[in-house]
Amino acid sequence: MSAPRYSLSGRPRPTGSTVDLYVWYAVRLSSLALFVLALAHFAMTHFVFDPADQSAEWVRQTRWNSVALRALDWGMLMAVLVHGFLGMRTVLQDYVPSRVRSLSLGALYLLALILFVLGTQVVIALPFD
Amino acid sequence: MVRGSGPLASPQKLRSYPSYRGGEGMAAWAFHRISGIGVWLFIILHVIDIWLIGANPEAYDFLGQIYSSPPGRVAETLLGAALFYHALNGMRIVVMDFWPALTAYHRQLWRIVWIVFFAIGLPGAYIILKPIWEVAG
Ligand code: HEM
Repeated sequence: MSAPRYSLSGRPRPTGSTVDLYVWYAVRLSSLALFVLALAHFAMTHFVFDPADQSAEWVRQTRWNSVALRALDWGMLMAVLVHGFLGMRTVLQDYVPSRVRSLSLGALYLLALILFVLGTQVVIALPFD
Repeated sequence: MVRGSGPLASPQKLRSYPSYRGGEGMAAWAFHRISGIGVWLFIILHVIDIWLIGANPEAYDFLGQIYSSPPGRVAETLLGAALFYHALNGMRIVVMDFWPALTAYHRQLWRIVWIVFFAIGLPGAYIILKPIWEVAG
Protein backbone atom coordinates (compact mmCIF):
# COMPACT_ATOMS: atom_id res chain seq x y z
CA MET A 1 0.00 0.00 0.00
CA SER A 2 1.46 3.36 -0.96
CA ALA A 3 0.92 6.74 0.61
CA PRO A 4 -1.60 9.10 -0.97
CA ARG A 5 -0.02 11.14 -3.74
CA TYR A 6 -1.06 14.50 -2.47
CA SER A 7 -2.62 15.95 0.60
CA LEU A 8 -4.37 19.16 1.49
CA SER A 9 -2.56 19.43 4.81
CA GLY A 10 1.11 18.48 5.03
CA ARG A 11 3.02 15.37 4.10
CA PRO A 12 0.53 12.49 4.00
CA ARG A 13 0.82 10.04 6.91
CA PRO A 14 3.39 7.49 5.65
CA THR A 15 2.09 3.96 5.27
CA GLY A 16 5.11 2.07 3.93
CA SER A 17 7.82 2.54 6.54
CA THR A 18 7.54 2.41 10.33
CA VAL A 19 10.49 4.79 10.71
CA ASP A 20 8.82 7.34 8.42
CA LEU A 21 5.60 6.98 10.38
CA TYR A 22 7.38 7.67 13.68
CA VAL A 23 9.12 10.65 12.10
CA TRP A 24 5.78 11.95 10.89
CA TYR A 25 4.35 11.74 14.44
CA ALA A 26 7.50 13.17 16.06
CA VAL A 27 7.41 16.23 13.76
CA ARG A 28 3.77 16.87 14.67
CA LEU A 29 4.13 16.24 18.40
CA SER A 30 7.20 18.47 18.69
CA SER A 31 5.41 21.15 16.66
CA LEU A 32 2.78 21.45 19.41
CA ALA A 33 5.51 22.13 21.99
CA LEU A 34 7.23 24.59 19.65
CA PHE A 35 4.03 26.46 18.94
CA VAL A 36 3.98 27.51 22.59
CA LEU A 37 7.71 27.59 23.36
CA ALA A 38 9.11 29.16 20.17
CA LEU A 39 6.38 31.79 19.79
CA ALA A 40 6.58 32.74 23.48
CA HIS A 41 10.37 32.88 23.15
CA PHE A 42 10.19 35.17 20.12
CA ALA A 43 7.66 37.41 21.84
CA MET A 44 9.80 37.65 24.99
CA THR A 45 13.02 38.40 23.13
CA HIS A 46 11.49 40.93 20.70
CA PHE A 47 8.28 42.39 22.09
CA VAL A 48 8.72 42.30 25.88
CA PHE A 49 12.47 42.92 25.85
CA ASP A 50 14.49 44.48 23.05
CA PRO A 51 17.46 42.71 21.44
CA ALA A 52 19.59 45.78 22.28
CA ASP A 53 19.18 45.13 26.05
CA GLN A 54 20.03 41.44 26.15
CA SER A 55 23.78 41.25 26.69
CA ALA A 56 25.55 38.05 27.72
CA GLU A 57 25.70 39.39 31.29
CA TRP A 58 21.95 40.14 31.24
CA VAL A 59 21.13 36.62 30.06
CA ARG A 60 23.29 35.11 32.80
CA GLN A 61 21.92 37.31 35.59
CA THR A 62 18.28 37.58 34.61
CA ARG A 63 17.00 35.15 32.05
CA TRP A 64 19.08 32.17 33.12
CA ASN A 65 19.22 32.81 36.83
CA SER A 66 16.98 29.87 37.66
CA VAL A 67 17.26 26.16 36.94
CA ALA A 68 13.62 26.13 35.83
CA LEU A 69 14.14 28.76 33.15
CA ARG A 70 17.26 27.01 31.91
CA ALA A 71 15.38 23.71 31.81
CA LEU A 72 12.60 25.36 29.82
CA ASP A 73 15.05 26.70 27.25
CA TRP A 74 16.78 23.32 27.10
CA GLY A 75 13.40 21.68 26.46
CA MET A 76 12.85 24.11 23.60
CA LEU A 77 16.27 23.14 22.22
CA MET A 78 15.29 19.46 22.33
CA ALA A 79 11.97 20.14 20.61
CA VAL A 80 13.59 22.18 17.85
CA LEU A 81 16.34 19.60 17.28
CA VAL A 82 13.75 16.84 16.89
CA HIS A 83 11.42 18.97 14.77
CA GLY A 84 13.84 20.96 12.63
CA PHE A 85 16.21 18.08 11.88
CA LEU A 86 13.51 15.48 11.21
CA GLY A 87 11.81 18.11 9.04
CA MET A 88 15.05 18.62 7.14
CA ARG A 89 15.37 14.82 6.79
CA THR A 90 12.20 14.91 4.71
CA VAL A 91 13.47 17.88 2.69
CA LEU A 92 16.79 16.15 1.95
CA GLN A 93 15.03 12.90 1.02
CA ASP A 94 12.94 14.86 -1.47
CA TYR A 95 15.76 16.71 -3.19
CA VAL A 96 19.14 15.02 -2.65
CA PRO A 97 20.11 12.53 -5.38
CA SER A 98 20.16 8.95 -4.07
CA ARG A 99 23.93 8.61 -4.62
CA VAL A 100 24.71 11.05 -1.83
CA ARG A 101 21.50 10.78 0.19
CA SER A 102 22.82 8.76 3.12
CA LEU A 103 25.92 10.96 3.21
CA SER A 104 23.77 14.10 3.46
CA LEU A 105 21.59 12.52 6.15
CA GLY A 106 24.70 11.55 8.11
CA ALA A 107 25.94 15.15 7.92
CA LEU A 108 22.49 16.35 9.04
CA TYR A 109 22.47 14.12 12.14
CA LEU A 110 26.07 15.05 12.94
CA LEU A 111 25.11 18.73 12.86
CA ALA A 112 22.18 18.00 15.20
CA LEU A 113 24.56 16.23 17.58
CA ILE A 114 26.97 19.19 17.55
CA LEU A 115 24.14 21.63 18.34
CA PHE A 116 22.91 19.29 21.09
CA VAL A 117 26.37 19.32 22.70
CA LEU A 118 26.91 23.10 22.37
CA GLY A 119 23.43 24.01 23.62
CA THR A 120 23.50 21.54 26.51
CA GLN A 121 26.97 22.65 27.54
CA VAL A 122 26.11 26.34 27.84
CA VAL A 123 22.83 25.68 29.67
CA ILE A 124 24.59 23.52 32.26
CA ALA A 125 27.99 25.16 32.58
CA LEU A 126 27.17 28.89 32.61
CA PRO A 127 27.82 29.96 36.22
CA PHE A 128 24.97 31.13 38.45
CA ASP A 129 25.43 34.28 40.52
CA MET B 1 19.75 19.88 -17.88
CA VAL B 2 21.09 16.48 -16.95
CA ARG B 3 18.32 14.02 -16.32
CA GLY B 4 18.40 10.89 -14.25
CA SER B 5 19.59 11.91 -10.82
CA GLY B 6 16.92 14.26 -9.54
CA PRO B 7 13.94 13.27 -7.41
CA LEU B 8 11.72 13.26 -10.49
CA ALA B 9 13.97 10.89 -12.43
CA SER B 10 12.17 7.58 -11.98
CA PRO B 11 8.48 6.68 -11.80
CA GLN B 12 8.92 5.09 -8.37
CA LYS B 13 10.31 8.33 -7.03
CA LEU B 14 7.70 10.34 -8.86
CA ARG B 15 5.07 8.45 -6.92
CA SER B 16 6.57 9.36 -3.57
CA TYR B 17 7.32 12.94 -4.55
CA PRO B 18 5.09 15.54 -2.91
CA SER B 19 2.71 16.66 -5.59
CA TYR B 20 -0.20 19.02 -5.57
CA ARG B 21 -2.77 20.17 -8.01
CA GLY B 22 -1.94 23.82 -7.57
CA GLY B 23 -3.95 26.46 -5.75
CA GLU B 24 -3.89 27.35 -2.07
CA GLY B 25 -2.76 23.91 -0.89
CA MET B 26 0.36 24.10 -3.03
CA ALA B 27 1.22 27.68 -2.03
CA ALA B 28 0.63 26.83 1.63
CA TRP B 29 2.98 23.85 1.30
CA ALA B 30 5.72 25.78 -0.58
CA PHE B 31 5.66 28.63 1.95
CA HIS B 32 5.72 26.10 4.79
CA ARG B 33 8.76 24.32 3.39
CA ILE B 34 10.69 27.51 2.57
CA SER B 35 9.95 29.08 5.96
CA GLY B 36 10.86 25.83 7.75
CA ILE B 37 14.23 25.68 5.99
CA GLY B 38 14.86 29.38 6.66
CA VAL B 39 14.11 29.12 10.39
CA TRP B 40 16.20 25.94 10.57
CA LEU B 41 19.18 27.83 9.09
CA PHE B 42 18.75 30.53 11.73
CA ILE B 43 18.57 27.92 14.51
CA ILE B 44 22.06 26.72 13.58
CA LEU B 45 23.38 30.27 13.99
CA HIS B 46 21.27 30.82 17.09
CA VAL B 47 22.49 27.77 19.06
CA ILE B 48 26.06 28.80 18.27
CA ASP B 49 25.50 32.42 19.34
CA ILE B 50 23.89 31.31 22.63
CA TRP B 51 26.83 28.98 23.18
CA LEU B 52 29.06 32.08 22.91
CA ILE B 53 27.45 33.47 26.10
CA GLY B 54 29.61 30.95 27.94
CA ALA B 55 32.51 30.58 25.53
CA ASN B 56 33.06 34.21 24.51
CA PRO B 57 30.66 36.81 26.00
CA GLU B 58 32.33 39.69 24.11
CA ALA B 59 31.66 37.96 20.80
CA TYR B 60 28.03 37.38 21.89
CA ASP B 61 27.58 41.07 22.73
CA PHE B 62 29.12 42.03 19.39
CA LEU B 63 26.62 39.77 17.59
CA GLY B 64 23.85 41.32 19.69
CA GLN B 65 24.82 44.73 18.34
CA ILE B 66 24.49 43.39 14.80
CA TYR B 67 21.07 41.87 15.64
CA SER B 68 19.83 45.18 17.03
CA SER B 69 21.23 47.34 14.19
CA PRO B 70 18.74 48.58 11.56
CA PRO B 71 19.57 45.81 9.02
CA GLY B 72 19.52 43.30 11.89
CA ARG B 73 16.03 44.44 12.86
CA VAL B 74 14.79 44.03 9.29
CA ALA B 75 16.26 40.50 9.27
CA GLU B 76 14.62 39.70 12.63
CA THR B 77 11.28 40.91 11.31
CA LEU B 78 11.64 38.54 8.33
CA LEU B 79 12.67 35.73 10.69
CA GLY B 80 9.61 36.42 12.85
CA ALA B 81 7.38 36.41 9.75
CA ALA B 82 8.79 33.06 8.60
CA LEU B 83 8.43 31.56 12.09
CA PHE B 84 4.91 32.92 12.57
CA TYR B 85 3.62 31.75 9.18
CA HIS B 86 5.24 28.34 9.71
CA ALA B 87 3.76 28.02 13.20
CA LEU B 88 0.24 29.04 12.16
CA ASN B 89 0.18 26.93 9.00
CA GLY B 90 1.80 24.10 10.97
CA MET B 91 -1.16 24.15 13.37
CA ARG B 92 -3.48 24.11 10.36
CA ILE B 93 -1.66 20.98 9.11
CA VAL B 94 -1.82 19.24 12.49
CA VAL B 95 -5.50 20.09 12.95
CA MET B 96 -6.40 18.60 9.57
CA ASP B 97 -4.17 15.54 10.10
CA PHE B 98 -5.91 14.64 13.34
CA TRP B 99 -9.42 15.82 12.45
CA PRO B 100 -9.58 14.91 8.74
CA ALA B 101 -13.13 16.21 8.46
CA LEU B 102 -11.72 19.73 8.72
CA THR B 103 -9.81 19.16 5.47
CA ALA B 104 -13.00 20.20 3.70
CA TYR B 105 -12.35 23.70 5.07
CA HIS B 106 -8.64 23.88 4.19
CA ARG B 107 -9.11 27.13 2.20
CA GLN B 108 -10.94 28.82 5.06
CA LEU B 109 -8.30 27.61 7.50
CA TRP B 110 -5.60 29.07 5.28
CA ARG B 111 -7.44 32.39 5.21
CA ILE B 112 -7.59 32.36 9.01
CA VAL B 113 -3.81 31.75 9.03
CA TRP B 114 -3.27 34.95 7.03
CA ILE B 115 -5.72 37.01 9.07
CA VAL B 116 -3.98 36.05 12.33
CA PHE B 117 -0.59 36.49 10.64
CA PHE B 118 -1.27 40.13 9.77
CA ALA B 119 -3.38 41.00 12.82
CA ILE B 120 -0.55 40.05 15.19
CA GLY B 121 2.40 40.31 12.80
CA LEU B 122 1.98 43.94 11.75
CA PRO B 123 1.99 45.36 15.30
CA GLY B 124 4.84 42.96 16.08
CA ALA B 125 6.87 44.21 13.12
CA TYR B 126 6.23 47.76 14.27
CA ILE B 127 7.61 46.99 17.75
CA ILE B 128 10.77 45.40 16.32
CA LEU B 129 11.39 48.12 13.72
CA LYS B 130 10.42 51.19 15.78
CA PRO B 131 13.91 51.78 17.30
CA ILE B 132 15.27 52.33 13.77
CA TRP B 133 13.40 55.63 13.58
CA GLU B 134 14.08 56.48 17.20
CA VAL B 135 17.80 56.17 16.52
CA ALA B 136 17.51 58.10 13.25
CA GLY B 137 15.29 60.83 14.71
C1 HEM C 1 6.56 27.18 16.02
C2 HEM C 1 5.82 26.11 15.85
C3 HEM C 1 5.98 25.16 14.70
C4 HEM C 1 4.97 24.43 14.19
C5 HEM C 1 3.52 24.43 14.66
C6 HEM C 1 5.51 23.63 13.10
C7 HEM C 1 4.79 22.69 12.36
C8 HEM C 1 5.31 21.90 11.37
C9 HEM C 1 4.63 20.79 10.75
C10 HEM C 1 3.22 20.31 11.08
C11 HEM C 1 5.47 20.27 9.82
C12 HEM C 1 5.18 19.08 8.92
C13 HEM C 1 4.80 19.48 7.56
C14 HEM C 1 4.57 18.30 6.66
O1 HEM C 1 4.77 17.16 7.11
O2 HEM C 1 4.19 18.53 5.51
C15 HEM C 1 6.68 21.03 9.84
C16 HEM C 1 7.76 20.83 9.02
C17 HEM C 1 8.96 21.47 9.15
N1 HEM C 1 9.31 22.35 10.13
FE1 HEM C 1 8.09 23.13 11.53
N2 HEM C 1 6.83 23.89 12.96
C18 HEM C 1 7.17 24.82 13.93
C19 HEM C 1 8.43 25.33 14.16
C20 HEM C 1 9.56 25.05 13.41
C21 HEM C 1 10.88 25.56 13.69
C22 HEM C 1 11.27 26.47 14.86
C23 HEM C 1 11.69 25.08 12.69
C24 HEM C 1 13.16 25.34 12.49
C25 HEM C 1 14.09 24.63 13.04
C26 HEM C 1 10.89 24.26 11.81
C27 HEM C 1 11.36 23.59 10.70
C28 HEM C 1 10.63 22.73 9.92
C29 HEM C 1 11.13 22.04 8.75
C30 HEM C 1 12.54 22.18 8.16
C31 HEM C 1 10.08 21.25 8.26
C32 HEM C 1 10.08 20.36 7.03
C33 HEM C 1 9.35 21.08 5.91
C34 HEM C 1 8.82 20.18 4.84
O3 HEM C 1 8.86 18.95 4.95
O4 HEM C 1 8.31 20.74 3.86
N3 HEM C 1 9.59 24.26 12.28
N4 HEM C 1 6.56 22.02 10.81
